[in-house]
This record gives sequence, structure tokens and C-alpha cells, in this order.
Amino acid sequence: MNLILIIVSAAFVNNVVLSQFLGLCPFLGVSKRIKTSTGMGGAVIAVITISSAICSLLYQFVLVPLDLTYLNTIVFILVIASLVQFLEMYIKKSNPKLYESLGVYLPLITTNCAVLGAVLTNVQKDYNFIESVASGFGTSLGFAIALLLMASIRERIEGNDIPLSFRGMPIVLITAGLMSIAFIGFSGVL
Amino acid sequence: MGKKILERLGNGIIKENPILVGMLGICSTLAVTTSAINGLGMGASTLIVLALSNLIISLLRNFLPNSVRIPGYIVIVASLVTIIQFFMQGFVPDLYESLGIFIPLIVVNCIILGRAESYAAKNGPILSLFDGIGVGLGFTMTLTILGAIREFLGSGTVFSTGATQLFKLPEGTWYEPASIFVLAPGAFFVLAFMTAVMNRAKRKKGLPQAEVPDYTQDGGCASCSIDSCAGKTIAEMNNKNKVEIKSRPIDVVVKEKTGEGETKE
Repeated sequence: MNLILIIVSAAFVNNVVLSQFLGLCPFLGVSKRIKTSTGMGGAVIAVITISSAICSLLYQFVLVPLDLTYLNTIVFILVIASLVQFLEMYIKKSNPKLYESLGVYLPLITTNCAVLGAVLTNVQKDYNFIESVASGFGTSLGFAIALLLMASIRERIEGNDIPLSFRGMPIVLITAGLMSIAFIGFSGVL
Repeated sequence: MGKKILERLGNGIIKENPILVGMLGICSTLAVTTSAINGLGMGASTLIVLALSNLIISLLRNFLPNSVRIPGYIVIVASLVTIIQFFMQGFVPDLYESLGIFIPLIVVNCIILGRAESYAAKNGPILSLFDGIGVGLGFTMTLTILGAIREFLGSGTVFSTGATQLFKLPEGTWYEPASIFVLAPGAFFVLAFMTAVMNRAKRKKGLPQAEVPDYTQDGGCASCSIDSCAGKTIAEMNNKNKVEIKSRPIDVVVKEKTGEGETKE
């Protein structure tokens, strides 16, 4: 039950993009087409879940016993960067078809602050291994949902008659703001 | 030299303003600007990290092997951020608390890696230092202004520290502070209007408007200027002199999949 709560809270109540402002760059940059946004969403779910697991183990069994917790930022960013690299190499070799649909988005994820943010949140909230994985999965699920919604809306409003000054970035930001209002409604769920 | 330094400072504040022109570092911009003080604090810490990382990277530019330069930059920036984190925890604990997770996240702020790759890796230490200060000042100014607007609209104060403030809206005026502006949606709305005003000014001058960066299209990453973003992995970039790149660049794959236009070249 506790795990379900963690997942729901990470995915909807504290949505990583719309209420915590993490991972906005890919949220804006890869949301032009539904097809590309599903690929990116899948890749982000894989990376955040796996890196939550690895970083949680590293934190509990290496950093805490050695009293090096202040190094967590440096350790985590290196783990994430190398993980993404390995994952890309592995998928490319083992499953070229999956690589076509997900692999191309992997390099974009290394500097995605949602990944580092999710991992650091796990540490701040003192989650154990299972809870970290659940929270990582929930966070990335929330990211994928927000990305997919945004892409669908942007495909719809593409041909609309928008005031000249608001074309491009401003209208996308306003859309994100309206979505964010809708997501505030979830805070009553818990 | 003096003239060049001034040019660097002006460039970072106006011509290459990281937020309003480059659309970089949006995450921390929106998240911390709930008040002018928070915006100023975040801007100042990013400025220090940016200036020092530019300086160090510029000094190391001839010693750092090309193949490991990006991981090298990340380690340098992460160490600087850890140091800043300790300083803030010790000297400004209140600000440290309110900025929270966004201080360690300075590491993945693309402004820093962007400046390292596009300026510090190619120029001397003094100019790089001032380039970092210039871009940092541009970032700080925009954050402070955005924070002040949101704080005023959302809670009716400017530069409030709890007990004292620079300006406070008197009771019973026509404007009732709407707390939505200090919540998440307000951040999106205020930045949207700021960009729209910039767009209008630019259109009057005949300049192109701010586009949404599109990472899946050609040139979408141009503003970021980190090569690895162009859909190539770091390993591929390292090998590009030796073997041909095996995977196709991201935009070609995407265009084919979505059936848009011709593949390039």
C-alpha cells in the first residue's frame, strides 16, 4: 500500500515537470510530435528507474558507511552519465529495433535534471531500496504522462490563430501553466 | 584587454542573455523564483560556479584530453557546486533551505556546460572568467526580475525577508495578491508574458522571435552548443576521426519515422 502511495504521489501529486520544474528542457524540446514523445518517455522511464536503484544501493552501502554522503552530487552525476552510456551501448548491440525507437533519445537524458533530481529526492526522503525504485518509477511515469499530454496538445494547437507575439515559446509556456493548474487538483488526492 | 572584458560582460547580460535569448536553464529559473530574494540567491550561486568553472576549464583546456573533456567538465562543476553547497549551508542556512534541491542541480544547468564548451574551452582564462561573470549576471538579473514580479503579484511584497521588505502593497488597495503566482502555474504564465514582450520588441526590430527549442530537429541544439546533444554519443564523437559513425543522427531517424520531409544530405 505504501508503495502505491509513493508511486501515485510521485507521478501525479508532485509531478516532476508540472509542479517541481524538473526536466523542462526535454518537456519543451521533444514534445512536438506524439511519436517522438512516447519514445522519449519510454527512455526516461528506463533511465530514472534503473539509476534510482543503482544510486540507492551506492548511497546505502558505500557512501553512508564511508561517511562520504557530502559527495553524493558528484557520485550520482557520474553514475547517471556512465549508466546512460552503457545502456545505449547495450541496447544497440542486443536489440537494434528497440534502439531505433528509444536509443536515439538516450544521449539527451544525461543532462536531464529530472534524473539527478529524482535520485537526490530519494536520498533526501530517506527511502530504502524498494521505495527508491518505486519513487523513481513514479517520477518517470509522471514525466512520460506530462510529455505525452503536452505533445498531444501541441499537435492540436499547431494550426490555430495565435496572436503573433505569443507564437512559439509563450503559447507553449501558457499551455504548460494551464496543465499545471489541472495537476494542482491532484494534491487533494492524498 | 579592458575593452574585450567589457564586451564579454555586455554580451552575457544582453546579447546572449541565457534565459530570455537562449532559453537555457529554465528548470531552476521557474522553480526558485517564488521571491526576489530566492532569485537573487540562486543567481548569485550560479554566477560563482559559472565564473570559477569557466576559469578552471580555461586553465585546463590544453591539458584535458579531448576524449574525456565532457566528463572532466562535469566533475569540475560538481566539485564547485559541492563547495558552494557547504558555504551556503554554513552562512545562509535560510536561503539554503528554501532553494533546497536546486543547489545540487546547478550541476546539470545547461548554461554552465554550454559556456564551458562554447567559450572557456577555446579562450584564455581572464576572458573566460569575465564571460562567466557576464552570463552569470544576465542570469541573476533575469531571475531577480522574474522573482520580484512573481512575489509582487503573488504576495504583494518585493524583496521580503519575512520581517522586513523593500516594498509592501498597502492593505485595501485595488489589487488583491493572487497566490497562484507563487505556485507552479504562475511561473509558467509570468515567463510566457515576459517572452511575449521580448518577442514583440524583437519583431518591431525585425529580429526572429524566440522559438521552442526542438531537440528532434536539425539545429535544435545549436543554442546549447554541446556536441553530444546532436544525437551522437560521446563515444561516437571520440571515434569520429577513426571510424564512420554507425548510428544515424537523431534528426534523420526522427524525420524518417514521422514521415516528414526528406532526409538531409
